[in-house]
Amino acid sequence: MKGPSLLLHLGIILMLLLMQFVISDYALLSLTRILVLAVFASGYNLLFGYTGLLSLGHAMFFASGAYAAALGVTKLGMSIPVSFVFACLVGGAFSAAISAITLRAKGVAFMIVTLMFSQAAFLTILYFGNITRGDEGITIAENLRRFSVLGFAVDLTNASLRYNLALVLYALSLGVTAWMVLSPMGRVLIAIRENENRTSMLGYDVMRYKFVAMTVSGTLSAVSGAAYAILFSYAGATLASIEYSINPLLWSLLGGASTLLGPLLGTGFMMVLNDLASSYTDARLLAVGVVLVLLVVFFPKGILGTVRQHWIRWLP
Amino acid sequence: MSFFPHLLLAILEGTVQAAVLALTALGLSLVFGVMRVVNVAHGEFYMLGAMVAWFTAKMLGAGPALGFLAALIAAPLVVGAIAFAAERLVLRRLNYNPESTIVATIGLLFILQQLALTGFGADAKSVAAPFTYRIALPWFGYSGYKVFVVFASAALLLLAWFVLTRTRIGLVMRATQFDSETATAFGVPVDRVYAVVFVAGAMIAAIAAVLLVPIQQAHYLMGGDPLLMSFIVVIIGGLGSIKGSVIAALIIGMADGIVSVFFSPTLAAILATLLVAFVLLWRPQGLFGTAPT
Repeated sequence: MKGPSLLLHLGIILMLLLMQFVISDYALLSLTRILVLAVFASGYNLLFGYTGLLSLGHAMFFASGAYAAALGVTKLGMSIPVSFVFACLVGGAFSAAISAITLRAKGVAFMIVTLMFSQAAFLTILYFGNITRGDEGITIAENLRRFSVLGFAVDLTNASLRYNLALVLYALSLGVTAWMVLSPMGRVLIAIRENENRTSMLGYDVMRYKFVAMTVSGTLSAVSGAAYAILFSYAGATLASIEYSINPLLWSLLGGASTLLGPLLGTGFMMVLNDLASSYTDARLLAVGVVLVLLVVFFPKGILGTVRQHWIRWLP
Repeated sequence: MSFFPHLLLAILEGTVQAAVLALTALGLSLVFGVMRVVNVAHGEFYMLGAMVAWFTAKMLGAGPALGFLAALIAAPLVVGAIAFAAERLVLRRLNYNPESTIVATIGLLFILQQLALTGFGADAKSVAAPFTYRIALPWFGYSGYKVFVVFASAALLLLAWFVLTRTRIGLVMRATQFDSETATAFGVPVDRVYAVVFVAGAMIAAIAAVLLVPIQQAHYLMGGDPLLMSFIVVIIGGLGSIKGSVIAALIIGMADGIVSVFFSPTLAAILATLLVAFVLLWRPQGLFGTAPT
């Protein structure tokens, strides 16, 4: 990444950093949520937008991170930083295992298989309700959310600290996805999206590239889930429900699939829309459904995809 | 109850499950086979069928048998009309692109679910069976209606098979499935065939729901389970193979019924999903599907 594109991305991060001094407490909380979930959407977009694999089961990766973090703290007696690392490892291993199985299916079968695995994960969480407290969810007690790392006292009930942690996490995930997408490997992923057979004919091990893309994508989702559980002190079965598989798809599509900043823009846009919709009606899913249908019919490239097509050609 | 009667009960329950599942999966398989469209909203068509059945029975208020017959006519018509609108307004505009249609039908799923919640409320609604005859077995009495459901489903499956293999419209559908471009060149109105197939798939789901709703209850979230099970059936049977879907439905429905009686329905769903994983490892195209060329 170089020139205007590097400036743009650094500028966005800087703007997000400065925003915390001017916006209200409520907006800060919303923006924290948006940043954490944008990590999820960016991870999803790596697989969907760049590699061209439409997964309908990313909720299981998100929930695996969230549950590993929450159970690590509440059942295994880990401190929060340790449980975060633990959750990232669990999420990575889980993503690799699921990728190895589901990638054997191609095209439409892949979409259905990921959907079903995710549903099985959701049911498993409900089935082991005595451990996972699937219905009501796990909350992390307030005294566990204050701890010290290397002599620094950390208080996760502090809103502005949470915002900055979320921002660091988002910046890191943006860095990872940008690095992957712009590297020679990213070119191969795009080639797979455009024409899998030809890429394979050119001598690339398509299966291996897809496996790496899906594992990284799933791991980022799990990292986002772990951060969600830790920062908002909640992990429940709803995080594994189909709605959470559809959300990153919706956010990526809205912001612009196969653009780096699209997932963040889409997540933010949809959150604001949800907020507005819920002040008029409680039919939140109706809004999601209508936006999905309108997007695919009239606006398939999303916001940034359209911007790139007409105005800013170099947008990564 | 001792083991053998318990097993018999489980097998009977499994047969009822399998019969209804075969019908639901048939609709999904038909739509995928001919149109190459994965209809994620299929479970919601099923749910709407159950809701319409409850609504007609309640509005009519003329006894269970008449209400059931009225529902058997009303539910497919209402659901078919909604499916027709969705097909013309959304799917056709997307040119039946597999990825776009999957996203659009997910949107449809949310819309239908939310409208059912707003329109009919969140409580479960029960519908009386058209008749309450009980078959007396030596160990327990069994609902005669459930046996009727099995025979009705079998009859509908036979009818579908007859239409597909022995009639002109079935020939046109199979031609479209085999090669839609060549079919167009031979004067098959592919566009109209797609509309018919999509509406027929939704109507079959609605009929399955009308049959099942006296046994289960109607609820706005009831579409999720049949959707998952139909997907499992269609994958194991091989995407697009109707014969495979029916056989897979028998296996899965039976296993589901038996595991549900002896253990728990949640465990049954988890096991069925894991079974799919193994089938995919062994035969990615499903048991009866043909390998993609």
